[in-house]
Amino acid sequence: MAEVNTGDGGGGHGKHEKKRAKKASTRIDMTPMVDLAFLLLTFFVLTSTFNKAKTMEINFPAKPKDPKDLPKINNALTFLLTREGKDGKENGIYYYYGEFYGPGNKDGKPVTIFNKTDFSKEGLHKLLLDKNKPTVDALNALEERYVKKEIADTTYKRLALAEKGKREALTVLIKADDKAVYKNIVDAVDELNICNVGKYAIVDMGKGELDILNSIKKK
Amino acid sequence: MPKIKMPRGNPSLDMTPMVDLAFLLVTFFMLTASVRVSEPVVVDAPSSTSDKLLPDNVILITVDDKGKAFYNINNFDVRKNTLLQMGKQYKITFTDKEVERFGKMTSFGVPIVQLKQYIDMDDPQRLKVKSPGIPLDSLHPELGDWIRFGRIEAARQAKTQKDKAETAGRDFKYEPMRFAIKADGEASYIAVKDVIKVFTDMEIYRFNLITNLEQDK
Repeated sequence: MAEVNTGDGGGGHGKHEKKRAKKASTRIDMTPMVDLAFLLLTFFVLTSTFNKAKTMEINFPAKPKDPKDLPKINNALTFLLTREGKDGKENGIYYYYGEFYGPGNKDGKPVTIFNKTDFSKEGLHKLLLDKNKPTVDALNALEERYVKKEIADTTYKRLALAEKGKREALTVLIKADDKAVYKNIVDAVDELNICNVGKYAIVDMGKGELDILNSIKKK
Repeated sequence: MPKIKMPRGNPSLDMTPMVDLAFLLVTFFMLTASVRVSEPVVVDAPSSTSDKLLPDNVILITVDDKGKAFYNINNFDVRKNTLLQMGKQYKITFTDKEVERFGKMTSFGVPIVQLKQYIDMDDPQRLKVKSPGIPLDSLHPELGDWIRFGRIEAARQAKTQKDKAETAGRDFKYEPMRFAIKADGEASYIAVKDVIKVFTDMEIYRFNLITNLEQDK
């Protein structure tokens, strides 16, 4: 029969040998724990998302209660966004300055001519800086004073905001037709933010404008 | 010449500092990281130079490149209550289990009549299924209802939290609900405009458009 070994498991020692406490090492083998720690570390590094989404804040104009009650805009620049080209993939951006006069308007003004530009640095960016020059200059002067510590940062922020919202400041209207994609709008608004245009609105395109835009595109 | 005796060192080195560091990092990542959740739709947001961060308390409408709308609201309890309110409005009863499951889901883009079926799916199956988008036309103003109820429920929850904080004598910082639109760069402007119109009809005029931070070209 098999013997049940109830001893210290060593076996083979002499009966008369004195029992001695084993001198165990106080060190624990940490390797498995380290393995686990690094495994977890890798897992969390790979699965976590750090970057919170970036956003662009935008205000839309409230609908006026009375349609005739539209505010009068002076110094307005209107951008018309569309997509054109043979495959309809090219970003098109047209603009005009001031008010729109369609063919056969009541005031007898000549029909508004749309100018073409593009989203490059030489196009939209330059145009906006040029049209928005008074505001940009004023802001630069303010910033200079701020850097020289002549004004506090809260004052600077307040003054800059006031400067952008001035009555004479450039107002930009962004209108997009049904061909335009969302990216066009974001690009345009982004460019406005870069060029310190404080007053802008995304509005619907009028029928007269759409007709002219389509006729230009056909050419 | 005498032989150079190499010192007989212990080959095992002390790993304690390394373990300390490793666990420190693990703790850090566990506490800071939010788990990446699988969304039913992948959207390639356009880039901009804006570097503002998205606030936490937000109703997010995603518009994919086909112009379909998806809805998401962050808070677990708010989500559950919003679903119950929507069920009441559209006369659909959701079981407790479905409400619970819905609370843990992310954004979705199905009409309310299909929502029950959508909730009952397994997670992998749910990702595979093509969402038709939440209807937002004047006959089925579901997106508007989702936003409205989400807003009401979020406000209600903020109120209870505020009351709780006040009875406990703590300060409560109320963060107003924000509305974010995350649209694909190639989404048609008309589709985005429709979503914006849903908001402006409710007299919500301020949005956060989600963009990627522009890299230097």
